[in-house]
Parts: sequence; C-alpha cells; structure tokens
Amino acid sequence: MTVTVPVPRRAAVRGAVRRLPLQAAAALTVLICLLPVYWMVVTAFTPSRDIQSYDPRLVPATWTLDHFRHAVRAEGFALFWRNSVLVTLGAVLLSLVVALGAAYAVARMRWRGRRQFMLAVFTAQMAPWESLVIPVYIISRDTGMLDRLPTLTLVYFMITLPFTLVVLRSFIAGIPPELEEAAQVDGCTRLGAFRRVAFPLLAPGLMATSLFGFITAWNEFTYANFLIIKQQDSRTLPVWLASFQSTFGTDWGATMAAATLFALPALIIFVVLQRHVTSGLASGGVKG
Amino acid sequence: MRSTRPVRPVRPRPPVRPASSVRPGASPWPYVLIAPAILSMLYLLLYPLARAVVISFQDFRLRQLILGDADFVGLRNYRTLLSDPRFWEVVRRTFWFMSVNVVAIMVLSTLVALMTERLGRTGRTIVLSSLVLVWAMPVVAATTVFQWLFHSEFGIVNETLTGLGFASFEGYPWFAHPGAAFAIVVVLIVWQSVPFAAITLYSALTTVPGELYESARLDGAGAARVFRSVTFPLIRPIFMLVISLEVIWTFKAFVQIWVMTRGGPGDATTILPVYAVQTALANQRYDLGSAASIVTVLLMSGVLVLYFRQLLRQEGENL
Repeated sequence: MTVTVPVPRRAAVRGAVRRLPLQAAAALTVLICLLPVYWMVVTAFTPSRDIQSYDPRLVPATWTLDHFRHAVRAEGFALFWRNSVLVTLGAVLLSLVVALGAAYAVARMRWRGRRQFMLAVFTAQMAPWESLVIPVYIISRDTGMLDRLPTLTLVYFMITLPFTLVVLRSFIAGIPPELEEAAQVDGCTRLGAFRRVAFPLLAPGLMATSLFGFITAWNEFTYANFLIIKQQDSRTLPVWLASFQSTFGTDWGATMAAATLFALPALIIFVVLQRHVTSGLASGGVKG
Repeated sequence: MRSTRPVRPVRPRPPVRPASSVRPGASPWPYVLIAPAILSMLYLLLYPLARAVVISFQDFRLRQLILGDADFVGLRNYRTLLSDPRFWEVVRRTFWFMSVNVVAIMVLSTLVALMTERLGRTGRTIVLSSLVLVWAMPVVAATTVFQWLFHSEFGIVNETLTGLGFASFEGYPWFAHPGAAFAIVVVLIVWQSVPFAAITLYSALTTVPGELYESARLDGAGAARVFRSVTFPLIRPIFMLVISLEVIWTFKAFVQIWVMTRGGPGDATTILPVYAVQTALANQRYDLGSAASIVTVLLMSGVLVLYFRQLLRQEGENL
C-alpha cells in the first residue's frame, strides 16, 4: 500500500473514482461521530431565542456566552466541580499508591500465592459494580458514611484498582531488573534503586493508568446518585448535570453549556492522549 | 465508566524475572506490599457482594433498613421474583436489548474498522480522532445531548426529518412512545460503544500481514471471500473479546436509561439493572432488588460461560 509506483493518468482517475464510496463512508462516519458533540457546543453558544426556534441553524447567526455565565453561576456549580475534582484525585492517588506496591511485588518478587493473587485481581476487574449499589448503600449507612465524599472516593478507588494494578504490573515487568541490580551494586538500597532507576521509566505507565482512572471517576454517575442523597452539598458534576431539568427548567442553552464544561476535561485529556490510547491498544490488545 | 475498561495489559508481558535476592517464603515484603490491595478487595468488593447475597435471602424493607432486624426467609424473594410476569418480561427485554445492541455494535464497528484500514493517512487520522472524541464523551453528557437532539419541539432530529419531507415527525414526542424511546436508547448506546470496538478491531486488523491479502487476491478471491477466509480468522480472538465485553456492558447498561427515561414510558426501556434499582430504592424492597441483582449477575455469567466454552472449543487446537 505504501509503495508508490508512477501510474498512468487514466488509471489514477479510475482509482480516485473507485475510492469515492470509501471516502463517502468515511465522511459519513465522521459526521455521525461529531454531530452530537458539535450540536452540544453550538447550542451552548446560541442565544435562547434562536434555540427555541422552529428553524434551527447549523451555525448560529449570533453567538453568546450567556449560557456559560448562567451555568457557572448556577447554585452549587463551583462546589460540585470541587467535589468531583476531590473525589477523582483522591481515588486516582489512592489506587496508584496501592497498585504500585502490589504491582512491584508481583512483577519483581517470587512468593507463594502470586498467581492466585493475580487471578483474584483479574476476576475483580469483571466485578458487577452496577449490581452492588444496594449493599454498598446499606453498608455506608450502617457505618455512617452515607452522603459523604470519602465513600465515593473509596468506591472509585476500588473500581479503578484492578485495572491500575494489571497495567502497572506489565509496565514494571517491562523494565529490565538488571538496571536496578546495577544501581544496587553501586550502593543504592533496593527502594532507592527502584525510585531512581525504575520509577522514571514507569512515568508513561503511571500517566496512562491515572488518566484512565481519572475518566472513570470523573464520569461515574450511579454511585454518586444513590450514595449522596440528603447532603446535596456533596453532589458531583454528573449527578448535577443529570438533574438539570429541575435546576434550569427547560433552559437547554445552559444545560448544553453545563454539559460542555463537564465534558471538557475528559475530551481534552483523551484527545491529548489519543496516540498513547490507540498505540497502547495496538500493542497490548492484540498480543498476550 | 464503560469507556475506560482496558482490553489487556498495555504491553506484551515479557517473562517475569524476579530479582534473585528473594527466595519463595524468605521475605515478608511481598505480603506487606499486597496487603492494602487484598484488604480493599475484601472490604470494598467481596463484602458488598456477600451482603447482597445475604439480603436476597432476607425480609429486608424500609423497617429492616432502619431497625436492622431482618429475618431470613429462605428462597421467598426468589420465588416472588420468578413468579412475577413483569420480571420475566424484563428478562426477555434485557436479552432482546443486549442482542440488538451487540449485533449493531459489532456490524458497524467491523465496517468502520475495515474502512479505516483502507483510508489514506489523513483520512485515517480524521476518522480515528473523531472516534476517540466520541469515546471520551462522558456518558451523562452524551445522554443529555441526545435528549436535546430528540427534543420533540426544538430537537434537530425532528427538524431534519420534517425538512426531508417526513411531515409526521413534526413535534414527534420520541420519549412518549415505547418503541421510539427504546430505539433512542439503542442508538445512544451504539453511538457510544462503536468507537471502542472499532478502534480495537482496527488495531487488530493492522497486525494482519499484507502478504496474506496479496496472495489471496492473486488466487482470485473477492473482497467478501478475503474477509471470510483471511481477515476474520486472524482477528477472531480480538473480535470475540470485544463481543464478550460488549455483552457485559450492554447487559448492565444503567446510566443512559436512568438519566434518559427512568425505564419508561411504561416499562419500555426497563432492563434488569434498572428493574433492580427501581424495586430496591423506589419501592423500598431491598430484598427483592438484591435478588434481582443476583439473578442479573448469574444470567450474565451464564452468557459468558456459554461464550467461553464456545471459545475454548474453537481455539482448542491453539491451547
């Protein structure tokens, strides 16, 4: 496919015609993918009178920032944003610390029960989280943890832990132990050798796993919705967004502005990271 | 949440070479290092799971929730559940919902993956970028956007359909009609799921050696034949993996339905997870809700066991 051979003109034209359906299909795919996202952003910038019109335009005639102002000033927006950030960062940091230790033990040490431990982690990765809302609700209530942000942090930590452990383990296993052994010979302790030699090499793995964890926790709705009930101040952004109808009435502009502001961090992170995401899948998804 | 589950470890794993200084059983360190992970799995995962099983065998309603004096009632909750015609309707709908979604997702994502592979470099980058963008779209945000797209009065879908000459879509209330609401939930879930499946299948396709295609074409095979005899057998493991992940995900689809329709109109979009939450939290029948959750988990594992047996039989020669 990459070999370029000079082609006669007519063959080139015929080739272009043959590629037409393919390119049309590609254009259609891109259109279907982007239209909802585009429509969300555009509605967020469209004045209300144009939104409530029976003749919607693909490009708004006039643009406005009113909806963003409205959404940002809506009651609790800043608070819910802060809650989401706290819960997300807490869960990601906790699972990184816990997973890093365990991943090191699995990748670098030999001990009885290692395989059983990894099997348990793989099984935990398939945990039916959606079915555990009721017991988690009851346990939180019994321990006085209902309506509190640390509860969400713990749940999200548990949801992201198995994945973080599995990925970090393969990253650590990919770093030759000889590097650390050499550092130990040069007088480093085992921990020092890991910190100075392996840890910097582990940076991409840590980044990838923490971003996956970030997106999982940032988007989680079910637990946030059913574990935070009375204490409205502890709500997170997805729940707030889902309850927009009572918050904004039928203000679709403000709703779409809020949706845009909520989606933005995830979209930016994914787009910045997309090369790693796809190449990671390409190398890891197929083999193994 | 569904978008971020990994398929496999990000790197192929080289053989584990444990540092020679630690012999089996010689050091407490590995156990110290895994202790936090073990303890959190026990308390945060296994304990709730056990609790769900226990509650499903108890008489557990609002009173028991407050006073904590639940009695064991044996299989009564399961009997109540299994003799309820509404429950069976929900089970049927769940399987129907899962099959429609999974078939649509697999067909579309295979087509998108095949298309992406044939595109030039620029086109491929554009398609992959827009897929990643959809993949990154938070579930609640996407659901809200779909409510807006299908809004009866000001939604762009009705506007476009009316503009194309389908006058009956003028002000069509999508969420008031059972079939239409079901269809929108399916469209939303397919839209959200195709990117992950297509990108995974595409990366599987890129590993198929080009010479195989050339020799197949030299032998005079058409496009369909090449796919059936060359491409598909090589990507089958990944294809099966994606199917099983999509089965799990659509079987427990909850957020999209809850935010968009709460299972309505009537029961039109009520599938098992929605039914469990409705029963438990809206009717305060925590016992029945837990039983429904356990049944969901069992059915899902049943589907997966069937699939894994099939997989083992097919791949038997390679194992």
